[in-house]
Amino acid sequence: MSTGLGDNEIISRVLKGEQNAYAELVNRYQAYVFTLVLRMIKSREDAEEVAQDVFIKAYRSLADFRGESKFSTWLYTIANTTSITFLRKKKLDVHSLDNEKVFEVADSKDSGFRANLVEQKSRVNMVNEAIAMLSPDDAEIITLFYKAEQNLEEISRILRLETNTAKVRLHRARTRLKEKMEKNFSEEIKNIY
Amino acid sequence: MNQEQNIEQQLWAYIDGVSSKEEISAVERLLQSNLEWKNKYHELMEVHQLMNAAELEHPSLRFTKNVMEKIAQYHIAPATKNYINKKIIWGIAGFFFTLIAVFLIYGFSQVEWTSGTGSKYSIDLSRLSEVDYSKIFNNNFVNGFMMVNVLLGLVLLDRVLANKRKNFQKQI
Repeated sequence: MSTGLGDNEIISRVLKGEQNAYAELVNRYQAYVFTLVLRMIKSREDAEEVAQDVFIKAYRSLADFRGESKFSTWLYTIANTTSITFLRKKKLDVHSLDNEKVFEVADSKDSGFRANLVEQKSRVNMVNEAIAMLSPDDAEIITLFYKAEQNLEEISRILRLETNTAKVRLHRARTRLKEKMEKNFSEEIKNIY
Repeated sequence: MNQEQNIEQQLWAYIDGVSSKEEISAVERLLQSNLEWKNKYHELMEVHQLMNAAELEHPSLRFTKNVMEKIAQYHIAPATKNYINKKIIWGIAGFFFTLIAVFLIYGFSQVEWTSGTGSKYSIDLSRLSEVDYSKIFNNNFVNGFMMVNVLLGLVLLDRVLANKRKNFQKQI
């Protein structure tokens, strides 16, 4: 149940010892954090575990949140570093934007998705599937911008990038997403518009 | 960057609302007069709307409960600023800066600026083996310095072992 309190008010209550108030923050941000982590990690089971870890880490370091940025920006920074650490531990590639392998992996996924194109996909499913075909870097920046309501400055803080670099990355990620959609869902796009 | 990429970049900035006033009016003029820009704009807007339509993924229904059960075992760690004393950091920084400044001043004061041959001290590396180290380490000042270092090392070791014991007892 929502209390209608702002993030900072909830945080000060938690810091005063009201541990249960933290549940409101978990309810408020669980879908955002889970989506962000899932877009990077790709496995629901692992993403759920990592997302829980993000909230636990955030709770333990809550006293360090100074309120200089939005709580969501601070939380997504923890989600970003926790996901990268998880991927490193699992020895999976955290793909860089210019890595050729990104395209190889994405293309191998394309063929799998194409086989499922027989069934008519909803608009939402189509976009989600196209995002899932992207590299973790691309999927993360698109999720932060479109779903997590973070502006370019906040994204640059979360990803520890210059604002201009974040802008270029977002542009490239959108171009790749557009290519994926045109390549794999051209029929669906025609039906929608 | 080719022309198409350039158009896309400007249009994305326009769609995202991060263009300057001049850029906005330039893009709007082009959208009215140039068919290529107009088509590209509609194409990008479709992608933009589709991305906005993407839904959030949801974790399991037990998610909040799981998190709350786990955090019940933890305490909020004290804020970093509370246990890092800025005075100590500034003190250490001051000590090193003073040390460096003293060495520099001393070094420069030893240079004979007028002779043009550099320092009055010249180092002959071939004679390094002739240095009598026993004389240096007989010096009371050096011995005292070494003693202080050994004591500091022992204190540090004691702190590390005490912390390890504390963590071990916590785990039990």
